[in-house]
Amino acid sequence: MPELRNYTMNFGPQHPAAHGVLRLVLEMEGEVVQRADPHIGLLHRATEKLAESKPYNHSIGYMDRLDYVSMMCNEHVYVLAIEKLVGLEVPVRAQYIRVMFDEITRILNHLLWLGAHALDIGAMTVFLYAFREREDLMDCYEAVSGARMHATYYRPGGVHRDLPAQMPKYAESRWHDKKDVARLNRARTGSLLDFIEDFTQRFPGCVDEYETLLTENRIWKQRTVDIGIVSPERALQLGFTGPMLRGSGVEWDLRRKQPYEVYEHLDFQVPVGVNGDCYDRYLVRIEEMRQSNEIIRQCVDWLRAHPGPVMVDNHKISPPARTQMKMGMEELIHHFKLFTEGYCLPQGEVYCAIEHPKGEMGIYLVSDGANKPYRLKIRAPGFAHLAALDEMSRGHMLADVVAIIGTQDIVFGEIDR
Amino acid sequence: MMKKIRNLIRSFTLSELLRGMRLTGRRFTSKKLTVRYPEEKTPQSPRFRGLHALRRYPSGEERCIGCKLCEAVCPALAITIDTEEREDGSRRTTRYDIDLFKCVYCGFCEEACPVDAIVETRVFEYSFFERGQQVMNKEMLLEVGAKHEAQIASDREVSVLDR
Repeated sequence: MPELRNYTMNFGPQHPAAHGVLRLVLEMEGEVVQRADPHIGLLHRATEKLAESKPYNHSIGYMDRLDYVSMMCNEHVYVLAIEKLVGLEVPVRAQYIRVMFDEITRILNHLLWLGAHALDIGAMTVFLYAFREREDLMDCYEAVSGARMHATYYRPGGVHRDLPAQMPKYAESRWHDKKDVARLNRARTGSLLDFIEDFTQRFPGCVDEYETLLTENRIWKQRTVDIGIVSPERALQLGFTGPMLRGSGVEWDLRRKQPYEVYEHLDFQVPVGVNGDCYDRYLVRIEEMRQSNEIIRQCVDWLRAHPGPVMVDNHKISPPARTQMKMGMEELIHHFKLFTEGYCLPQGEVYCAIEHPKGEMGIYLVSDGANKPYRLKIRAPGFAHLAALDEMSRGHMLADVVAIIGTQDIVFGEIDR
Repeated sequence: MMKKIRNLIRSFTLSELLRGMRLTGRRFTSKKLTVRYPEEKTPQSPRFRGLHALRRYPSGEERCIGCKLCEAVCPALAITIDTEEREDGSRRTTRYDIDLFKCVYCGFCEEACPVDAIVETRVFEYSFFERGQQVMNKEMLLEVGAKHEAQIASDREVSVLDR
């Protein structure tokens, strides 16, 4: 009888379910995974090293490109770290705008996750429906910052610009007559806030649609229930954060445990799973979308009632308004100084973390008093999750590895940095 | 016991699958949300950051004074500028190159420009057929600016207050 040996299989980096450039070396016994060995680094762009050679503000745009499905949250943690080191007090309106766009980003991230996860497991429709709602949120991104993805919108000391008073509209054409255009422009007649408010009213119904397609569906349940179970103890030991940890039943949310910005004034629930399997993590993320929707609604109400500045009035950190810059000598000097040299941070080090859609995103910043960081370390949640892939997939079938990769919500921009 | 029977009925009637099918069926017959892209376009924000352009004053004089702020502020080091004094004594650029492959479209150059010379327009559909064409020189940038000046000016008008 020939000797039985395990089969080593290469999964990715070109596999469509590998979510970008994940390469897994799987040791298989038949169809059962004995060992999963993730190989990373194919998307390494040296963001941390790059930041060391640039004035602080230049790196904001590179933060967008870390986790490229939750752009503004990455920016948020970076600017928060800088603000923490300077001890900068940000205008409340800017804080509300940031929180609102953080939650919009969370919905964007979870929608892409939901669509991609369902597509990996074999459900096509959810992907299309999720992208329908993503389109609206992308429009919010574009309206406020001018870019649909890489916004570069948050700045140390606030946000770049105030919310626009108008939304761009659809135009008539050969295929869309006046009635059609009026239907498409229904939510776009007012300001961005009106558009977002309309979205928050529509969105719970959309989540119901996804749930109709998935939650009770027998195929979905067969593919996710009891797959990749992580006990709460192990989840903590493995350094899980975000929905991965909450799916295991640990109630840990930085928005609650270490409130930053205005989260302490907002009313929201933290959903927690029970079994710690893929299905529970799915339910947690679905509920998070509903809660984010509630937070956005509260932010819209507040922002409506409280106009005001969105940037600190400290011209050592933030450039003066353009009209002032063109009229005054001092403002012009500040403008030139800021856009050439930037600003210097006091000597010291700071760690700042926020509840990113994927977990705890942290920036550890060491400053030697120069206008660029001495060292910047990014704590990416996906890295810790991917490290646990071996443990989660051991003993499961090959097809379940796809479900586990999906449930971890892996994005290589942040893992490889 | 009752729960078991209910589950049995559910699994045989395919109720949850049928509910999903009903939803997709309803969506199948409802109005389309998509547009026919090259002919029709989705709405675009006046703040859109696309292809760059250099602007001129209404008198025809180019705005750029060669202060090199945009070159200094560009995180991707995509801008290269050379300047020289003109016969009338004013400083102007002799070379203004933007490498569109390096550019990350962050909008910092437009933010930094004290005379509103370099702007990012709404143009986003462009392509290159040969290596080297991605470097926009001063003439190309001025040409884009001349072509879209009306749009550029009206977009800056809309958002003048919140910058």
